[in-house]
Amino acid sequence: MCRIGAIKSKKPFHPSQALRLMLPQQEGHDNSGFAMIMQDLGGVFADYKDKPLLSLACTAQGAKLAEEYMKEHNFVRDFEWVPKIDRRPGLDIKAMPLYMFRCYDYPVEYKSADWSDKEQLLLDTRLALRELLEQDDQGYVFSFWPDVLTLKEIGDPSDIATYFRLWDDNGELMARNVVTQCRQNTNYDIVRYAAHPFFIQGYTLCANGENTFYTKNTEYQRSLHRGYTGFESDSQNFLYTLHYVLHELKWPIKYFKHVITPLPFSEIGKRSDNKELTAIRQSLANLEINGPNTIIAMLPDGRMMTCCDSKKLRPVVVGGDETTMAIASEVCGLNVVLPNRNPELDIYPNEREVVVITQELEVQRWKQ
Amino acid sequence: METVKTLDITANDLNWKIQYTPEHCTMCGSCVAACTFRAIEVAVERRATTISTARQPEPIPQHKAVPVIKRVKGLANACVGCGMCEKVCPNQAIKPVRNEDSRANILARSGGTPAKRGGRNNLIKENTLDKITVGRISQMTDPALDAERHTFDILAPFGRVLMPNELPFSNNGGELKMNASTPPVNWIYPIIFSDMSIGALSTRAWEAICMATAYLNEKHNMPVRMSSGEGGMPIQLMKSEYLKYSIIQIASGHFGWSRIVKALPQMKVDPAGILIKIGQGAKPGDGGLLPAAKVAEHIQAIRGVPKADLLSPPNHQGLYSIEESVQKMHMSLNAAFKFRVPVAIKCSASATSVSVYNNLLRDPYKICGGFFLDGIQGGTGAANEVSLDHTGHPIVSKVRDCYLAAVKQGRQGQIPLWAGGGIGMTGNAAADAFKMICLGANGVFISKLLIQLCGCVGNEHSRCNACNTGLCPTGICTQDSRLVRRLDIDKAAQNIVEYMLAFDTELRKLMAPIGNSSLPVGRSDALVTTDKAMADKLSIQYAC
Ligand code: SF4
Ligand code: SF4
Repeated sequence: MCRIGAIKSKKPFHPSQALRLMLPQQEGHDNSGFAMIMQDLGGVFADYKDKPLLSLACTAQGAKLAEEYMKEHNFVRDFEWVPKIDRRPGLDIKAMPLYMFRCYDYPVEYKSADWSDKEQLLLDTRLALRELLEQDDQGYVFSFWPDVLTLKEIGDPSDIATYFRLWDDNGELMARNVVTQCRQNTNYDIVRYAAHPFFIQGYTLCANGENTFYTKNTEYQRSLHRGYTGFESDSQNFLYTLHYVLHELKWPIKYFKHVITPLPFSEIGKRSDNKELTAIRQSLANLEINGPNTIIAMLPDGRMMTCCDSKKLRPVVVGGDETTMAIASEVCGLNVVLPNRNPELDIYPNEREVVVITQELEVQRWKQ
Repeated sequence: METVKTLDITANDLNWKIQYTPEHCTMCGSCVAACTFRAIEVAVERRATTISTARQPEPIPQHKAVPVIKRVKGLANACVGCGMCEKVCPNQAIKPVRNEDSRANILARSGGTPAKRGGRNNLIKENTLDKITVGRISQMTDPALDAERHTFDILAPFGRVLMPNELPFSNNGGELKMNASTPPVNWIYPIIFSDMSIGALSTRAWEAICMATAYLNEKHNMPVRMSSGEGGMPIQLMKSEYLKYSIIQIASGHFGWSRIVKALPQMKVDPAGILIKIGQGAKPGDGGLLPAAKVAEHIQAIRGVPKADLLSPPNHQGLYSIEESVQKMHMSLNAAFKFRVPVAIKCSASATSVSVYNNLLRDPYKICGGFFLDGIQGGTGAANEVSLDHTGHPIVSKVRDCYLAAVKQGRQGQIPLWAGGGIGMTGNAAADAFKMICLGANGVFISKLLIQLCGCVGNEHSRCNACNTGLCPTGICTQDSRLVRRLDIDKAAQNIVEYMLAFDTELRKLMAPIGNSSLPVGRSDALVTTDKAMADKLSIQYAC
């Protein structure tokens, strides 16, 4: 079981807020790790927002391999931030030797390339680095994307925060959007790649629950897109489906819910868009989820979205004020980070509902 | 030493013996009247006893003539074990018993013709699917559903499904709009009542299945479809609203098609689909056979043929390639119904099924609306025994192979896979269907089970299986008007309806524990088997 959360704010905030959101919910997760994806960065990365940022946890050999690869492919390092580690004894963390967050300039030949070419390059680079470092287990490449930083580690979440000095709030690491989770293992193995949130080409996603159609989803997604790899967690399927529907098919966001939890045929039949919905249900049957799930997604433009399974076996709550909104599995997390919000305005989306928080912190909700 | 004519065929040479208890017999004659095979007759036997009642032996020979029920000798009148005599006997004085030392199979080719019969393969008696269990039960993290409370979407596609990126959508201000037509797809119940023709079946049996189909649709909201079988349909049905529950079959003999084509302008509704039969699991590579004994007048009328053995060729004449079949048959049948009715194809499962399926999946016209695979354990009304028992391919692994071949192409679900041939052979159709669906089938088709629900007593242990003789003791598989009257069509239809209602509940009972409310097509992770070889072949978990 796990708990998920996200904070979206008009003002950059520290990752400690994400931990404060998650720790009160710890009865619901196993405290086996901490992972977050930050987007719309402030702090030391504020001046490098258009440069692809590589988030890497690796060995010295891994760092060397990655560096060589980037050089060979004409990426020029522009900025690097290395977290100052607190190595006090007794911390429960299975740390990697090195953590690197590097901003690069695009290769010269891509300087004037279209964004669509650049985003393919970034994906291919991440996949290539991942494959490179996977040999002999030399490290993990979590994301390579402008203005996006990923940190994932195995251990106790507050100890991980101590290790990376995330409690210090020293202004270095800040963002306006964070999606997070405090669990590292999955129902399968303890693997860093298996920790939510997951990322592909600007799309971030975190899920809670079990994807009972994991095998179906995975067998289908493997041939849909070269970026749909790994499958260490059954929640990666949701991310790939989100990416497929929005990025590949270029369908409006509301159809994502129709894909993962299609309406029953009897309901589709009564609607004026029944032709379209039937076609979607039919053609994307392999991407249905049909299990107990809640998801929180962050889109490339910074919007956040949440929805849950069609039987609402996994809940989620959305709340906040004019400057900050948060989404969490349990309201106790919201109470800690947003104690002064009006809880009467909290939203508990139902099984047919989708909630989107826009860049202006406007809440949009609609029924499937 | 007594002379014995050892080559004479006597009762102990045949598959069934009669166990007759004269003390219980009242000589009512019911059993003899019930036996359609004339395997028993009333006879008078001589009994000789010698008694002595005096103090000294004074033997008095007595001779009695007693009426008895007796086996008729010879192959032509062999008892088939149907048990009708036992059913009608008021005193349980008679019953057939299996003859373990039967020589029938050796004698059956007398006259130089191959042995013929109906029913299923009699050499494979076990059900592969029984070695698989639903072993992935939702516990804790993904709660099992409540089979009674949750709503389940138990429907399967019949028709060609497009890839998501092939859908003709345009984005109108945040709304997707379909702006071209797509191949027709009907979402139907994942069981199809499968192709048994009028001819193979009596009109009454066929009607009973029709009635059950209509009842399930209209009263129970279960969109079950029935395939006509090769041999046409009654004109009344084609003109009626009920046509929408029918899938019309065309097979290599094209029997009945001139009437179907003529009825086209009078059809008020479209049929649910068209099924082109290329082959049948029970007798792959051997065409259809309707023995002359069953070609009664009304069958001649429906099929438009004289009284004779009706043989459908093993092949559709003129089709020499998959591409050709797609273009000629699929195109013309699609066109006949103005591209509103899905057209599917039915083949015998074979070592070559995967290449056929691959080709259909790659077909640029995207016109094949279903791949029906029929396995070796499927039944038939009449076939050469050598085909029934010795040709064919088991269905389970073949459907799995086809599904995985589609997965490899990323095209799973585009041409729905329907599996048949032995589904429900142990009576548990829901379990069989569920497991086939987890292995990749979209749905299943059943036929033998349906006639068993109508009273057929045939089985895989050589019981009855005399469907080819025209003497079906239950009135199902004959056109003899006296025998046909034995079938109570209301009761038969009711049996089918009740079985299907139970089937539906059982299916939910299997979906609920794996936490799914829609059919788990391809959820092989839900299955485990204690058979290692099977686990490897089907790519499912081995458990012990
Ligand atoms: S079992 Fe059937 S075939 Fe055999 S004697 Fe009885 S009625 Fe006739
Ligand atoms: S009862 Fe009729 S249908 Fe059944 S096996 Fe015997 S002859 Fe065939």
